[in-house]
Amino acid sequence: MDNITQKLTQKSESTKKDSMGRAVSLAALALIVIVVVAIFAFVISRGMSTFFKDGVSVSDFLFGTNWNPSVINPHTKQPYIGALPMILGSFLVTFLAAIVATPFAIGTSLFMTEIAQKRGAKIMQPIIELLVGIPSVVYGFIGLTVVVPFIRSVFGGSGFGILSGTIVLFVMILPTITSMTVDTLKSVPRHYRESALAIGATRWQMIYKVVLRAATPGILTAIVFGMARAFGEALAVQMVIGNAALMPHNLISPSSTLTSVLTMGIGNTVMGSLQNNVLWTLAMILLLMSLVFNLIVRAIGRRGEMK
Amino acid sequence: MNAKTSDKIATGVIYAISSIVALILIAMLAFILVRGVPHLSWHFLTSPAKAFEAGGGIGIQLFNSFYLLVLAMAISFPIALGAAIYLNEYAHKGRFTTIVRTAIEILSSLPSVVVGLFGFLLFVVKFHFGFSILSGAVALTIFNLPLLTRSIETSLAQIPNLQREAGSALGLSRWETVIHVILPAAVPSIVTGVVLSAGRVFGEAAALIYTAGQSAPALNFGDWNPFNIASPLNPMRPAETLAVHIWKINSEGIMPDLSAVSAGASAVLIIVVLIFNFSARKIGAKLHKKLTSA
Repeated sequence: MDNITQKLTQKSESTKKDSMGRAVSLAALALIVIVVVAIFAFVISRGMSTFFKDGVSVSDFLFGTNWNPSVINPHTKQPYIGALPMILGSFLVTFLAAIVATPFAIGTSLFMTEIAQKRGAKIMQPIIELLVGIPSVVYGFIGLTVVVPFIRSVFGGSGFGILSGTIVLFVMILPTITSMTVDTLKSVPRHYRESALAIGATRWQMIYKVVLRAATPGILTAIVFGMARAFGEALAVQMVIGNAALMPHNLISPSSTLTSVLTMGIGNTVMGSLQNNVLWTLAMILLLMSLVFNLIVRAIGRRGEMK
Repeated sequence: MNAKTSDKIATGVIYAISSIVALILIAMLAFILVRGVPHLSWHFLTSPAKAFEAGGGIGIQLFNSFYLLVLAMAISFPIALGAAIYLNEYAHKGRFTTIVRTAIEILSSLPSVVVGLFGFLLFVVKFHFGFSILSGAVALTIFNLPLLTRSIETSLAQIPNLQREAGSALGLSRWETVIHVILPAAVPSIVTGVVLSAGRVFGEAAALIYTAGQSAPALNFGDWNPFNIASPLNPMRPAETLAVHIWKINSEGIMPDLSAVSAGASAVLIIVVLIFNFSARKIGAKLHKKLTSA
């Protein structure tokens, strides 16, 4: 009798296995969360030491235009750590690339969803997927061997600079924006289009007045994602931007971005020194900006949910 | 302007834009292949790189790329699989799930250079791994985890609930249902996702320059003891990958045949990535055919 009670009240073999499997998979998930928290904790604590340990003022750092951390300014007894040139450089290439890429992305996705669906699926879809797959160093290499000499011969100067960076980033974020825009356009209900055509709209009127309006939040999300990718892209930009930590005078003067200074500098500075800490502060800005892009996407999603 | 004219103009513009995009890709591929493929030879693919003279190859870099890819996949696949199983099969809607999903989303949007710097800080400096394959593999894992998790989760979510109900009806626990019913059914699309992410990992460089390092010491391909320093399998040696090599020689290389080497290396990189991308869906479809009666 006891034996049976025991058997019935005991956890079965498969229940035990189930709780174990659940625990293991939960641990895997927890690991990912821990990694995210650790990345933020480490990079922010490193980045903040510029302000707390080295006593640099935040406004000097963000708005100073002179970057040369290994040289001490004789007047203020502080090294030159104005990061504005890089911050400006990053924002410039990001916005310019997004501005150039958006019309191309919208045009291509309209082609794929509204104008020539068959050819869109057969030709453009693989092309977009191929563009996504090309590694960023290859973009950088093409930028260096094609775009930079081209800019040099057309506009003069060295060819390195914001303009070259913009062109390279434009091609890099084009597939990101396009594929997300295609998804949004596809999610616009069919009867929207049918109603517009039924009341006598031409195809362009239907696209312009109905489809694009309905898809606006999704397109904006796509653009922000593209910008996030452009902002964080390191090597391709670093190869064509010229790497001079100067305020960008014009679009073809050598300049730099947060990522380009980071890739060049981290290996050449001593851990814990001011020169190194300011680089971590740049990394922190990069991290926080990707958070901001995330928040923007969320805000757009919440406000623009299709009803 | 008349509505019909503007319709025609707009259609023309859209056609023009799409052709430009298509042309850009074709031009880029043609450029890389035309410049790079003539430089490819068995010697180029197998011999070590030379820093100052012409005639170097990319043998060690190519090996490093594949070795790192295999290691990174071996670490990230089980973690991503576990996380995806929990998210899709066990998790309830609630605060915890929202936080986790947000975390994964943030991780997937982090610039890869930041992931590399984190790997540098934690593994190279704090844990004293140095510039090593191990540090690089962990950095690649972090880079790969969010996307792989999401793709496996999507694969699991595509399996109809009918299958889960059938499992429960047979008296299987949830875990048994997952292992014996859901996972086998999801294998083809999981494999597609894994191969696609392998293509991404293979071309990644920014996460590696400060973790796996930028040097490729000579390897002795006769020595497969992972504890010897010259062994290709030693996980503690610095390992410049193909993608890092392209970046490195273009930013500071001084060999005379620099542009030929980087064109050749870029061609190899692109060809491998293209093979991954094209084969991903084919393998998935083939597996699907083999595993099901469909």
